[in-house]
Parts: sequence; structure tokens; C-alpha cells
Amino acid sequence: MSERSTDTFPRLLLHHAAVRPDRPAVREKDLGIWQTWTWRQVEEEVRALACGLAELGFKRGDNLAIIGDNRPRLYWAMAAAQCLGGVPVPMYQDAVAQELVFVLQDAEIKIAIAEDQEQVDKLLEIKERCPELAHILYDEPRGLRHYDTSCVHALDAVQQTGRARMRAHPEFLDAEIAQGGADDVAVMLYTSGTTGKPKGVCQTHAAFIAAARSGCEFDRLGPEDNILSYLPMAWVGDHLFSFAQAMYAGFTINCPESGDTVMNDLREIGPTYYFAPPRVFENLLTQVMIRMEDAAALKRWLFGYFMEVARRCGAEILDRRNGIAAKDRWLYALGNVLVYGPLRNVLGMSRIRVAYTAGAAIGPDLFRFYRSIGINLKQLYGSTETCAAVCQQPDGQIKFDSVGKPLSGVEVRIADNGEVLVRSAAMLKGYYKRPDASAESIDAEGYFRTGDAGFFDEDGHLKIIDRAKDVGKMASGAIYAPNYIENKLKFSSYIKEAVAFGDSRDAVCAFINIDMGAVGNWAERRNIAYSGYTDLAQRDEVYALIRDCVEKANAELARDAMLADSQVHRFLILHKELDPDDDELTRTRKVRRGFIAQKYAVLIDALYSGKTSQFIETQIRFEDGRVGKVSANLRIMQAQTFPPQAA
Amino acid sequence: MSELRQIGNVILDLEGISLAFGGVKALQDISFDVREHEVRAIIGPNGAGKSSMLNVINGVYHPQQGTVTFRGQKRHRMEPHAAAAQGIARTFQNIALFKGMSVLDNLMTGRNLKMKCNFLQQALYWGPARREELAERRVIEDVIDFLEIEHIRKTPVGRLPYGLQKRVELGRALAAEPILLLLDEPMAGMNAEEKQDMCRFILDVNDEFGTTIVLIEHDMGVVMDISDRVVVLDYGRKIADGTPDEVMHNQTVIDAYLGVAH
Repeated sequence: MSERSTDTFPRLLLHHAAVRPDRPAVREKDLGIWQTWTWRQVEEEVRALACGLAELGFKRGDNLAIIGDNRPRLYWAMAAAQCLGGVPVPMYQDAVAQELVFVLQDAEIKIAIAEDQEQVDKLLEIKERCPELAHILYDEPRGLRHYDTSCVHALDAVQQTGRARMRAHPEFLDAEIAQGGADDVAVMLYTSGTTGKPKGVCQTHAAFIAAARSGCEFDRLGPEDNILSYLPMAWVGDHLFSFAQAMYAGFTINCPESGDTVMNDLREIGPTYYFAPPRVFENLLTQVMIRMEDAAALKRWLFGYFMEVARRCGAEILDRRNGIAAKDRWLYALGNVLVYGPLRNVLGMSRIRVAYTAGAAIGPDLFRFYRSIGINLKQLYGSTETCAAVCQQPDGQIKFDSVGKPLSGVEVRIADNGEVLVRSAAMLKGYYKRPDASAESIDAEGYFRTGDAGFFDEDGHLKIIDRAKDVGKMASGAIYAPNYIENKLKFSSYIKEAVAFGDSRDAVCAFINIDMGAVGNWAERRNIAYSGYTDLAQRDEVYALIRDCVEKANAELARDAMLADSQVHRFLILHKELDPDDDELTRTRKVRRGFIAQKYAVLIDALYSGKTSQFIETQIRFEDGRVGKVSANLRIMQAQTFPPQAA
Repeated sequence: MSELRQIGNVILDLEGISLAFGGVKALQDISFDVREHEVRAIIGPNGAGKSSMLNVINGVYHPQQGTVTFRGQKRHRMEPHAAAAQGIARTFQNIALFKGMSVLDNLMTGRNLKMKCNFLQQALYWGPARREELAERRVIEDVIDFLEIEHIRKTPVGRLPYGLQKRVELGRALAAEPILLLLDEPMAGMNAEEKQDMCRFILDVNDEFGTTIVLIEHDMGVVMDISDRVVVLDYGRKIADGTPDEVMHNQTVIDAYLGVAH
């Protein structure tokens, strides 16, 4: 392929439509059946959509908001906006109306594409505060029949007018596509913002194509591959995997029927390439374990025995290491037939060639579990600003606590304060309308400050320990990395969230959120009755269970001389689940530590003052927007700590 | 939304209905009508005769006096299956699904009346039976999509939580593509969120398919929100009939619900 013909996403689309017109580009399960669109059909749909948008007045330089679950037409809308020289701005579909206002205003959105009535309603609710918003287009017409048609239109109708325009001006769109350049902004992704207002990260065609190219070459992804597109479209990961890489390599994206059917759809599609945050892998494993506990004795024994074999040699066999005992190889092969193969099938991972996880630290047990049953799960490192392409783990060189080696063309440097700096072609052009922020995050030599603290190990693998600004010192002078501690805690399947405190204090204390599914099931097996989260969280038995988990994490921490002081001395189980709707988590489910510390200051005081319980009342926001209160008398428990061990 | 929906002519007319079980007078001389495309609520305290009223409409009970006119046809004595054939479907106060069957199969039972193939053809699953099954499945898939229950398509109904079972039951009624849909306490025992979802579904059914809906409900907030007209029963008598607003301010209704000082 010539350089010029594939240097923007619209041109890549035309390229695939010409080279592999009849290969499937997109699938979506609708009415229980997988529907397929070939590259040629996708091109036609995108053209119609682009012309329709042009009819509505969308033009070069405009931003197009896209909000909804992963639907083929929403992906096409991205390409359509790019055809016209505009910039798609995908937004988180579960954001409440309030949170959309800022982005709509900041990006001066005139046209927004919404998936369904729910999203349209949200947009209409805030329309008054976004006077520029002139048109709202929707994909799913249900319930929208009687809406005011002057500003709300069906995508079908927009494509109809687009097709009419295509007939009248057949050369219009090609001229528009020809005008686009590789250095134009291709997409704007708003950072979730653990602190402050979100910022629009402007990425050019060149940057995202560079990121897609290095990723595809790294794992040899091609047109034969399949991926399930189910992660939020506003997230850089989904944009890289489901849009940029699919457009680059020409593989097939598959949109699930609904958010609740992802597991099922995964099995039906059997993707070869898979991406999920650790949370998803964790949920899958929890489900497997729960079901195994219900299985018959023989099956449980088989599972237990062969998982032990896998633990011993599975990951090594996957890495093609030498020096594995012949007996273990035989047992593993037998286990592959009896246990691992069927298990991979149940997980929908039979055909996976390469799977990635990123976004948060993954527990070593969890990571090893998947690798040991023969799933090539790897980690990568990147951020919205770097197109999620900085480091990836090469096949055969997997370590659970590193994020791999820098990709080709990516320069990584560690600053004096431990911060990771990155320079590559796949880097942001700047923050939208925020030259101050852009200048602050990119230094004079063109390195982007990631804000993460990390270091290279002896094999040249990058190891990330925490956010640079979160890393502190304890009163004893020892290094304090809250994220690291929290991750150690969260490696237990019973703990869903943890928030550690300890900066400039003499001991570490923590808030715990139990995992309702896992602990609920655990409680049911022991005939422990409970009425809901708040009740379950405060049971004595649950506290004892969590204490064991905390002490296990402490034992792990004690092994690392640098972090032995970070052992958790006292903890409490929160009476409510931390929730993005209450601003306690970001939309990508990262803990907002500062906000939580403020909101629950009274609990932190109680932890450090040695009290055994503390009363608290908190306001919570339900999914429908109403507000309620929960209160509880929280118990505080001591956990055993261990003396540091020599490594 | 509702102000844009075209409410048409009277589709169901009940006149002077009286029903007694031995000495118990369940319904006494009740008359009201239901217009095309409207959401009509029947409310009243426990034992007021609401469910009996629905049973009269779909032919389970046969009133001693009075006439039921559905789409211009006056009926005297009608069996429930005949009512179903005419386009009347219902859900029940206590869920009446086949617990051991999957959601899909339960919904399929709602299509039973529309199927033409005989037992033998269906058992062989060949030719016309196969084509028919595919066509019917398509209708069912629309219902599944509509009610957003894709994820439980193949789950046995007995394993589902209560709120979802209610939704499946609504789905089975919808599968029959009814002209008139009778809902007996569709929101009983649901939490706030489930109720909200159910309200949305009822309004959408009414809106998308133009289905006329008669519902019994105890949650006054829901009734006032979604219904066009409300009829109030108390001890088997009609004590009020009108728009939600009128009914809410009717002194007799207030007395019936709150009691009267003696």
C-alpha cells in the first residue's frame, strides 16, 4: 500500500473496501442473529452518513459528539466525521447529564449522535445549557417517535438525505476525503480526570495510525483476526483496538447484543484478539470459581488437581521455556484435554491468540491463572495522551509485575523524581484549547510527562508502581505508594475496592469495599443471612474474612524491604460501594483518593485515633438520579503485621 | 408523549356489569368504556373487584347481568381462548409462567394461537412447521429486543428474579400481538428502579404498537403518571371515573382510601 493512500482513517477505509470488499468488517448481534457488514458495505454506510452530516451543516473543523454503547453506526459516525475533516468526540455512555455539559460546551458541539432514547433524553435535558447544540441524531428509534423533529433526527433519515446528496454530488465526498491530511486531528478523547476538569486530548491521524501500526506489527495482527468491541467507546483502549487497529489491519469488530450479553457473545464469536481491564478478568475468574464450588465432587477434584499442574508448569509451557519435567508436560497435555480446553471454551477464549489487559495492576494469581491455562494474556502500558501505545510485553517474556518493553519508535525515559517520560510518534498534538496544560505536560525536548512513577528492571522491562503525585513518604521515611498497597489488597477476590491512607503518617490504614458477588456467595454457603450490602459488610464473619485477606496482603508486602512499612495496621469495611455517581470513582473506576479522604475524614480520624467503631451517614445517588441516605456504625479492626523479610 | 398519541373511539364498552359468587356481590352495575390507544387504570382498595373486572373482560368470569362490547361485537358468554383469539392478552397478579421452561419457550407459548401447523408437523419439524417456527421466532426476538431481555433468552424462568419474571410475563402477552392488553398489578413487589423500567415499557408498548392497555395498580404515583383515565372501584361499585387529576381530588375516592370518620 502506498503511504499517501493510507495516511488517514477515511483513506484506510477506502483502501480496505477496495482490497477486501467482501471480508466482514463489522458484526453486530441483532434479534438474536449476528448481522455482518463487509468492508464495501461499511464504506457505503459511512459515505451516506458523512453526506447526511454535511447536509446538516457539519463541516471541516467541527466536532461531533458520540455517545452510546458500541454500535456499528456509532463507529461509522466516527469515520464519517473524519471524512468531512471533522473530529469525533466519543463520550462515556454512563455519564449523567451533568457531566456531559462540560464536554459539550468545551468542544463546542453542534451535532451529537446518541445511541437511544436514554441518551437523547440526557442531551435534551442539558440542551439549554449548550446553546450551540443544534441537532441530536439517534441510532435506535424506539420511544423517540414523538420527539420534536426540528432538532432530533433518526440516523436512518440522515443517511437517506446523505444518499440523495451522494447521487446529486457524487464527487463531493471524495474531494473532502482528499483534503484531509495526516496531521489533522482525528479524534478527541476526554481524559477521565482523577483531578480537575476533563481535558480534550487531540490525536492526529498520524499519531493513531502509528500507534495502531506498532501494535499490529508487534502481535502480527491481520485481516483474519476478530475482536469483541464492548468497552466504552470514549476510552482510548477501545478506540485503539476497535477503531484504529481494525482500520489499520482490516480485522473484524464484533458488537455485542447488549451490555448484559457480553459473556455469551464472547463465546459465540470466539475472538482471536481480546482486550479487557483486569476487573473483567477478575469477574470471569470469580464466576468460574463460584460455579466450580457447585460442581460435583469428581469435577472439583479434577479441576483442583489439574489447576495445580497448570500452576506448576502452565505459564512456562506457554512461554516455551526449557527444563520442564516430562511428567509435567504429559500431565499438562492431559489437563488440556480434560480441563483447560473446556475452561477456555466456557470463557469464550478458545481461539484467542493474544489478549491484553491494562488500565490497572493485575493480580499475579489472576495473571498466572489465565496464562497457565494457555491464554496468552499480556500487559501493556499507555495512556490517552500516548494512544495507549508505550510498552507491551513480548511473547515469551512475561512478568506479572512489569508492563513490558517500549514499542518500536517509542522512547521512554525516567525522570529524576521517578516519573516516566515518553516520546513517540503516537503522541498527543495538544490538549484542546488548553495550551497551558499542553505546555505543562510536554517538556522542551518533546517528552510527555505520564504522571506515573516507575523504573526499568534489569531486563529492560518497565515497572510502574503508582501515580507519581500519589507516591509519598511515611513518617519513618519509607516510600509510600498507595496504589501498590491497594492493588495488593484487591488481588483478593473478596475485596472489590480499597483506599489506603498513610502519607506522612506512621502506619497505613485502609477502607475496604467487599465484592458483593463473591462475599455474598461465600455468605450464602455459610448460611449467613443478610439484607443488603450495608448489612453484609458489617457482619462479624465478613470482617474476619477480610482480616485474613488483609493479613495475606501484609505478608506479601513484608517480603519487599522497600515496602514493608506499608503494611495495613487497621482497616474498616465501608457501608456503601464506592461509585462514580457519587464522584468517588472516575468513570474508568479509579479511586479518587483526595475526594474520598475529604468525604470520609471522620472515618480516617477514627482509624488513626484507635476507636473500635464510628458512626457515619452518607448521601448516595441512585441510578435514576434520586438522592438518598445510608448510615451505619462502622467497626474498625486491627490486622496483624509481619516483620520485614530479607528478599 | 401522551398528548401526541391519538386516542380513538371506544374499543371496549362495559355496561351494567354485575357479578356475584353466591351471596358475595363482587361487581354491581358497573359501566365504563375504554378507548382505542389509551391507558386505562382500574384502582381501588383490596377486594374492590378489580381483578374480577379483568376476569370479566377476558372471559374467565361470566357476569350475571350486563353486556361487554369489544370492537363493536356484543358478547354474552365467551371463553378466555375466544377472547385471546379476538386480541385480548393479559398478565397475572401472581406470575403464571412455566417455571421450568426457558424465557424463549415461555414467549413462544404466547404465539401458540397464531400457529397453524398441527402437532405431527411440529413434532417432525419439517417444511411448513419449520418455516412457521422461524417466522414466529422473529416476532419473539422483536419482543425480546423491545423488553431488553436478550441476556436471559435461554435461562429457565424459575431462576430469574421477580422483576424479570414480571417482564417476561409482559413479553408473553405482547407475543400474542394483542389489541387490548390487560395488566394485573404489573408493578407489585418491585423496587423503585424496576417500577420505573416497567412504566417505561408500558408507555412504549402503548406508543410503539398503539396497544390499548387496561391496568390494575396500587402504586398511585405510577397510576397518576401513566394513565389517561382512571376508574375507581370500592366494594364492587364504581365510585369515580375520570382523568387522574379529577379522580385524585374526588372526595369519595379520598374517603374510600383513607376511611371516613364516624
